This record gives sequence, structure tokens and C-alpha cells, in this order.
Amino acid sequence: MNDWSILSITTFLPLVGVFFILLVRGDDPDAKTNIRRVALITTSFTFIVSLFIWGGFTNENPGFQMVEKHNWFGDTFTYHMGVDGISMLFVILTTFLMPLCILASWESIQTRVKEYMIAFLVLETLMIGVFCSLDLVLFYVFFEAGLIPMFLIIGVWGGPRRVYASYKFFLYTLLGSVLMLAAIMAMYWQAGTLDIPTLLNESEFPAAMQTWLWLAFFASFAVKMPMWPVHTWLPDAHVEAPTAGSVVLAAILLKMGGYGFLRFSLPMFPIASDMFAPFIFTLSVVAIIYTSLVALAQEDIKKLIAYSSVAHMGFVTMGIFSANAQGIEGAIFMMLAHGLISGALFLCVGVIYDRMHTRQITAYGGLVNNMPRYAVAFMIFTMANVGLPGTAGFVGEFLTMIGVFRVNTWVAFFAATGVILSAAYALFLYRRVVFGALEKESLKSMLDLTGREKLILAPLIILTIFFGFYPAAVLDVTSASVGALIENYNAALDAGGLAHAAAAVSSH
Amino acid sequence: MNAELLAIPDLMPVLPEILLVLGAMVLLMVGAFGGEKSTPLVTGICVALLTVAGLILLVSPHYGTTFDGAFVQDAFSQYMKILVLIGSGFAIAMSVAYARSQNFDRFEYPILIVIATVGMMLMLSANDLISMYLGVELQSLALYVVAAINRDSVRSTEAGLKYFVLGALSSGMLLYGMSFIYGFTGHTDFSGIAAALTDDRASLGLVFGIVFMLAGIAFKISAVPFHMWTPDVYEGAPTPVTAFFAAAPKIAAFGMLIRVLVEPLGNVTTDWQQIVVFIAIASMGLGAFAAIGQKNIKRLMAYSSIGNMGYALVGLAAGTEAGVHGLIVFMTAYLAMTLGAFACILSMRRKEGMVEEISDLAGLSKTNLPMAVLLAVIMFSLTGLPPLIGFFGKFYVFIAAMDAGLAPLVVIGLVTSVVAAYYYLRVIKVMFFDDATGEFLPMSGEMKIVLGLSSAVVGLFFIMPEPIMNAAANAAGVLF
Repeated sequence: MNDWSILSITTFLPLVGVFFILLVRGDDPDAKTNIRRVALITTSFTFIVSLFIWGGFTNENPGFQMVEKHNWFGDTFTYHMGVDGISMLFVILTTFLMPLCILASWESIQTRVKEYMIAFLVLETLMIGVFCSLDLVLFYVFFEAGLIPMFLIIGVWGGPRRVYASYKFFLYTLLGSVLMLAAIMAMYWQAGTLDIPTLLNESEFPAAMQTWLWLAFFASFAVKMPMWPVHTWLPDAHVEAPTAGSVVLAAILLKMGGYGFLRFSLPMFPIASDMFAPFIFTLSVVAIIYTSLVALAQEDIKKLIAYSSVAHMGFVTMGIFSANAQGIEGAIFMMLAHGLISGALFLCVGVIYDRMHTRQITAYGGLVNNMPRYAVAFMIFTMANVGLPGTAGFVGEFLTMIGVFRVNTWVAFFAATGVILSAAYALFLYRRVVFGALEKESLKSMLDLTGREKLILAPLIILTIFFGFYPAAVLDVTSASVGALIENYNAALDAGGLAHAAAAVSSH
Repeated sequence: MNAELLAIPDLMPVLPEILLVLGAMVLLMVGAFGGEKSTPLVTGICVALLTVAGLILLVSPHYGTTFDGAFVQDAFSQYMKILVLIGSGFAIAMSVAYARSQNFDRFEYPILIVIATVGMMLMLSANDLISMYLGVELQSLALYVVAAINRDSVRSTEAGLKYFVLGALSSGMLLYGMSFIYGFTGHTDFSGIAAALTDDRASLGLVFGIVFMLAGIAFKISAVPFHMWTPDVYEGAPTPVTAFFAAAPKIAAFGMLIRVLVEPLGNVTTDWQQIVVFIAIASMGLGAFAAIGQKNIKRLMAYSSIGNMGYALVGLAAGTEAGVHGLIVFMTAYLAMTLGAFACILSMRRKEGMVEEISDLAGLSKTNLPMAVLLAVIMFSLTGLPPLIGFFGKFYVFIAAMDAGLAPLVVIGLVTSVVAAYYYLRVIKVMFFDDATGEFLPMSGEMKIVLGLSSAVVGLFFIMPEPIMNAAANAAGVLF
């Protein structure tokens, strides 16, 4: 597999699409259709290629696979790519969702189609790169460069308050990231390398330094995640972004925060992670309960789903820092499931937004009468969002709660109230939008799902239910890597405790 | 003794400078006798002279010292001189279209730039306080005239006068500081000063001298608190002049600052480090916050350049080889970004004439997408976003400072770069999110070339970083 650099091919394949789109001349409807087709073909093809990553992946191997390494900036950092059980499925999630995003933008984006599709394809490259990079600077380059296309997507094709939302998104994320950059620089001088596998396996940072490094990485990932109280950019960004932008934001960009915690914070700074776990639990529980309550009060559908995302990410952070197999595997599962479900929910909102051009909940009601198929799809995703057993949403929530229960029962207790609250806001939303009598004149002419919309939602429905019944498809992939991570983590904690004591003795 | 005096010094290391000086003198004659109509010819030959000088440096540089050690040519001066020559050459090229449309045909302009460039090259090669001062003055005198070259415009003459008065003051401070250094070490040549400063702590008098000298140079690179002239001169001078001021002189002054701090004063790093840290923080902070309220894009670029000098000073504050290496990479990035940005600013031409408000860029992505995209790339690079060159410049500067134990400085620098992101984003926002108010005239050919080349360096540096990285490492290596 090494011979044909499948990770690089998957990562940079979307840029080939960009090249072809640049060749398309003109601004007439034919040219626009061609551009859309090129984007769709490129993303679909990227998805197919990425399946070979899964195909060639060995579940039992906890280390990095399909590794590629080339010189880049001399000895400071290298072009180093590879995937393990933690990152591989995020790559697949990204490539899987992108064609759906392109399809979702097929008709709703009519202005500047060329730039829009280029932005999305570039964004895809950067997102895949984040999950594949095995060098901290390479990771940072992909992680940070993603701000550029997303800033433009929100700012150019967004809603009325797009400028405010895009600035807030950009500056919030940038501030978090530059602190991480400072930490990366400090790590370079401490460890002498920025190679992620080397950092994971060989180097240990002094306990005092770990605290600072952990906090710096936390600043970046907590904003990206987003965790309470730095989540406020998310509802704004979601509300203003075009549908596909919201999908990418909720389904993939947010996962970079959780991925970062798993890839860097937990294994590289185990002592600090252990120390800050109660802090994370507190923030997570506050996020779960507080944002669920806030979601209950929302009038805007997208904002409601955005707040529900923050609440769900609370489960993820909680699971990650419980630092046991159930918690971490649950967190990964939850991120993947949430990627499908929240993406699908935003796509569902997009369906009615395209028809009515409003996201106000009060503008809808009784849609079940004239849009029965839509009602079914929306119900499946609502139920999955609530965490109904039999859907993908349940498995992650359940596992993270088991994981945290083993660490702290009170955290699990409070998190469980979040499950109830999520049922409340999700069903409340569903009732107001779908049920009731079809009274509003404007809604009566609304048509049910078109073929294109069915094509978008069907695979998501299938996967949501499939993973609900057969979570092993995901858990088998992740278990070996997660097992190794926990083993190293516990070993480092034991050694750290001893080394700490020894250092105190020897320094006198 | 007599034989020594009569012997002709080795002229090979000074070949590019000699070429430029002779060329400038001949062209002055051509211009004086040919009148205004010789301007295109003079301009063309000036660019050719700078190109030839650059090629000599690039292809067959003669390393070594000459003039009794007052002049040194090494990998460091070679690299920085090439940057300066690129900056000057493109500045002249960019003035052509402007000169044509604004009746700004003066044959003196390119010649003065060539003379200023010779001054800058002397600054970069100075290995003695006296030759350093001569270089500074040659450069400054030419620049004073250039700033006021549009003598019919009140703003331009005001800018020139302001620059002259403050510049003369700073030259005085520079000289005053040098006299202290000479007084307390007994030497003017860099190696002599270095040899006299063998103990770690400098005497009070020497510190006095360093402070004055740094104040003088801080003026030349427009670092806070000696930055006041920058926004006014940037705004008041004709735009091609601003484009010239923003790039080459700052790089030259910075190169000189690096050499004088690292070579003769390398043994008393702790004494100047705190001063550099202070002006770095002040420049980064002011550059970030003061730019937020600017409406004029030239003033915006002035504050942006103040901030950028702050970032560069972070690398200098490290005082290590890694720091100078980062600084050289940063200066390369700065040159590319500045030239690209000014190529766009100089293309902001309407039928009514030049415009320079940021709001005039509104909707550029609809009227001239390539220009909007390239300017956006440059702005994102100035923000310091990867994978653009601005990110790597900042990265290498900050990573060196981190190693030198200046973590708080690094964090301050990174946070101010987030503040600065706000106003760079505003330019992008105006171009991409706002509706068009009017169209610019098509870009002229030279601007397309300058913008294309500089944005190619900015945008594609990450694909082939090695030539620049290695040359910069080589240049930094000779100083340590």
C-alpha cells in the first residue's frame, strides 16, 4: 500500500477537481452545471479512493499505517502522513460527507458557484490533511489553513449577519490556535522533534511544562470543539453559514477539537490531563445541561441544532478525559455518529429553508401533512440526536456515560439529565415543525423531498441505523489504537508519579 | 606606509556598488542633457543596473573584506543585498505606469533610488561604525528627496519635510551613540569593538551608546516609539515612493541592525536584548491596535509594517543564530508581501484618478477576481496563516525566541497577530463580502508581473521552501 501513497492521493485529490473547475469558462447555467458536476465527481471519487484506506487498514495494528515521510523543511519538520484507528474513520467521514454537501448546494447556491465549489474542495483537502498528518507543524498548517475557506464560505454565501459570524468564527479560532502554536514551539525545543509518533512513544515532558502545554492545546481545541464557555461563536457561525457550510462545520470541523484532545492532550501530556480531568468534567457537564436548556428556548432551527451540538460535544470531552476504553471509544463513536446525525439535521433544515427561506420555528408547523417523507427522515435523525437505542446516537452516549461512571458517578448522573433534556428540546422542535395542523397558507404548496434530496438523506439514514445496530463496525477499528493509548497513558501516569518524586529528591 | 596607502584596495567585493554608482552618474548626465523625454530610457537602464548588480551578487559573489576592513562582503550581506535590489528594482518598475498617468515624469526618481540602494548596500556591508554611518547618510539623503519628489503636492512636500527633520534627528542620535561606543571601546571597526568587549557586562557609557544607536536605527525601521513619521510619510508620499519606502530601506536598516548587534556587540547581548524586547512588544502592540481604525490603505500598510518590524525584532531579541535565520526568512516574506500589496494598491486606479480608501476595494472579487484573490492571499499571509509564507516567517522568528527563553514575548507576539488579523480580514471582507461600488482600470503589465511573482512566492513557498531556507541558514551562519 505504501507504494502508491494513498493518504496523499486522498488528501490532494480534491485539488485536481479545483484545477478542472478553473478550466471551466463563463458564467452561464451550463458552465455552472459543469462546475457542480466536476465538484461532485471529484468528491465522489475521493470517497471511493478513501475506501481503499479502510480496505487496506489492519484493525489489529495499534500503530500508524500507510505511513509516508518526505523531507520538507529540512530537519525542523517533515511531510509525514499516516492513520491509526483513531484518525482513519474521520478521514472516511470527511470524504463521505463532501459529495452530500456538494449535492446539498446544487440548487441553493446560484451566485459565484465556481468560487464556492473551489472553497469546498480546498476545505476537503485541508480537513483530510488534519486527520492524516503525523507532524505537528503539518497538522497545524492543515488545521489553521482550514480557516481561510470556511471564513469565505460563511462570509460570501452566508445569511444576513454573515460578516459578524465569519469574523467571530475566524478570530475565536485563531486566538485559540496561536496559543497552541506557542506550545508546539516549546515542544520542539524540549523534545527536539515535532514528529507525532516520536512524541507519542518516546518523549515525556516534565510535569510543570505539561500543565502549560496542556492549557495551550486546550485553548485551541476547546474553542474548536467547542466547549462551554467558548462555544458562542458556533451558534452564530451555524446560523449564518449556508447549509453545506453548517454540515461541514458540525460534522467535521468540530471533530478536530476532539481529535486533537485524543491525539495530543491525552497521550502527550498524561499528567496534566489527569490533573485537569475534573475541570473538563465540570465544563462538560455545564455544557450538557446549560446548552440543552438554551436549546429549549431557541426560535431558530439551526441555532437549536447548534446548541445541541455543543451539548453533545460535552459528552465527547467527558468521555475522552475519563481515559478508559469505554469512554474514549464512546467519544470517538459519538463524534462519528454526531458527524452523520448533525450533518443530516442541518441538511434537513436546508430542505425546508430552500423552500421557505426562513429558519424560524414559528414559520413552520404541520409539515407531516404535505411532506410525509421529509417527516420520516427528520424523525429518524431527531430520534438519533436524542440517542434512541437502535440509532448511532445511542451507542456513543451510552459508552461515554459508562466510561465516566467508572470515574465519577456524579458526573455521569448530571450527564444523564442531559439525555432527558435533549429529548425535550429535540421532540419539542419536531412537534412544532412537523406535527399539528397545516394552517399556514405559505406551507401548503411545499413539495415533498425531491429525488436529489432523497439521494442525500438516504445514505445518512441507512448509516445512522446501521451503526446503531452494528457499532462493532466502528469499534473494531478503534479498539486496538485506543487500547494502546490507554496503556501508554496509564504507564506514563505511573512513571510520572515516580519520576516526579525522584526529581524532588534529586533536586535537593 | 606610503606603499600601503597607495596600494589600490581589492575592488572585487565592491563591484556591484561601483557599477551602480558609475551607472547613476552617467545616467544623471543623460537625464540632465536629455531632459524629461529621457525618463523612460533612464528608468529602463536603472532597472537593468539593479538587475545586473543582483545577478553579480547571485552568480559570482566575491566574499572578503576590503578598504582596511571597513567593508565586508559575506553570505549575509549577499542575501540581504539581493532582497534590497529586488525591492528597489520592483519599486522603480512599479512607478512607470503611475508616472505615466499622474504626470510624475522625473528622471531623477529612478536615479535617486539607485543611489539610495547603493547606500543600503553599504549599510549591509559596513564593518566599521564610520562606513556604517556613511551608508546610512547616503541612503537617507536620497530618500529625503524621494519623499518630497512630487514637489507640487502639499502632502508630498509635508511628508518629505517631516521625514527629513525626524530623519536628521535620528541620524544625530545614531552618530551620538556611535561616539559613545567609540569612546568606551576605543575602536570604530566591528572586530576591534568585539575584541574590546570581552567581559559580559558593558560599562554604563557603552550602554548609553547602544541605546542611542538603537534609537537611531529604530527610526529607520520605524519601530515604536520612533514610528511617528511612518503613517504620515506613507500616506503623503506618492504611492510608488511609499512602495519603495516600505520594502528596501527597512530591509537594509534591519540587516545593518543585525550585523551591528551580533558582531561587535555580540558579547553584551544581555545589555541590548531588553531594549529590543521592549521595542518589539511596543511595535507589535501599536501595529496591531492602531491599524484597526484606519480607513486609508496606505496608512493601514504603515501600521502593518510597524507591526511586522515588531515581529522581526522578536527574532533579533533571541540573539541566536536561529533567531537571525528566522529573521532573514521573515524579511524575505515581508518583501514579497509588501511588493504584492503595493502592486495592488498602485492598481487602484479609476477613471477619476488614484483612490486609496479601503472602502474603494469594495466588491473587487466581482469586478477583478484575480486581483482580489491575490490580494487576499497576501493579506492572509500578513495575518500569518499557513501555508503562506507569512506563517513560516513568523514561525521561525517565534520558535527562535521560544528557544532563547522569551516565551512571554512569543505569546504577546502571537496574540497581537490575532488582533492584527482583524484589520487584514477587513480588507478581505471589503473585497469579497461587500457589493461593488465601481471598477478599477485594468492592471498594467508591470503590476501584473510584480503581483504575480510576489504572490507566487507568498502562496507557493511551502512547496519548495528549501532554496530560501538554505540560503537564509547560510547567511545567518556567517554571523556566528
